[in-house]
Amino acid sequence: MSIDLRQPLAALGCGALFAFGLSLSGMLDPARVKAFLDLFGAWDPSLAFVLGGAVSVAMAGMVLVRSMARPVLDESFQIPQSRVIDRPLVLGSAVFGIGWGLGGICPGPALAALSLGLMPVAVCVLAMIAGMVIHDRFLSGRV
Amino acid sequence: MTGYLASLCGGLLIGLSAISYLILTGRIAGISGIVGRLAGGHAVFVNGAFVIGLVIGPFLYAQAFGAWPTVTLVASTPLLVLAGLLVGIGARMGSGCTSGHGVLGLARLSPRSMVAVATFLASGIATVTLLRIIG
Repeated sequence: MSIDLRQPLAALGCGALFAFGLSLSGMLDPARVKAFLDLFGAWDPSLAFVLGGAVSVAMAGMVLVRSMARPVLDESFQIPQSRVIDRPLVLGSAVFGIGWGLGGICPGPALAALSLGLMPVAVCVLAMIAGMVIHDRFLSGRV
Repeated sequence: MTGYLASLCGGLLIGLSAISYLILTGRIAGISGIVGRLAGGHAVFVNGAFVIGLVIGPFLYAQAFGAWPTVTLVASTPLLVLAGLLVGIGARMGSGCTSGHGVLGLARLSPRSMVAVATFLASGIATVTLLRIIG
């Protein structure tokens, strides 16, 4: 069986582009992210420009996605279809926001910032992965 | 390039990455989902490649612009551990983070993602405001 390398290569390229964009946007910097959340202090609206730009491109691209029967490199699209607003969604998002505010970090920027070789960032990423595993092993389906 | 224009252009590239990943692989480029599946041993090649790409991105930026992106830590290491734990647990419990819900979810006009984004923005703002009051 030969391994199809096209999907990993696509993932590699998209990951690199994602983190290049994060770097350009300034959102690799926890201080800028935290400043966006500091609405009643020294507010920095930059993150709104980042999110606005990203959502605009993705929204335009969704027109193309909806016209496609299948993705380029796989059999079918795996897009979440649920519309149910349930407790894990709200509670999880609230918990996520507390961590986001405390450290000014979220998963994408934290991983990309690993490239700078800062030990506290690496420790934070390990804690983040531990949190994911703790959820998937012990909390999933119990909230 | 600095300021809001850089933020907007960076955002456009993030959107281009996320939609390209969906068009090519059929999957949502949600970073917490990708990392969570990788940690759980699912689709290791594809998810691992995305994470390696994430780490390569800032190198490419440094090559292109002659300087590394700024990273200013805003919390002590113990606080960063707590923040990391909460971000990890919360992102998995809420089925996504700033990328999956924030970028693609809003672009898809998903009601779940709208609620998620409003919730983590509110709790993030509340947390930073509380830190400002007690700090």
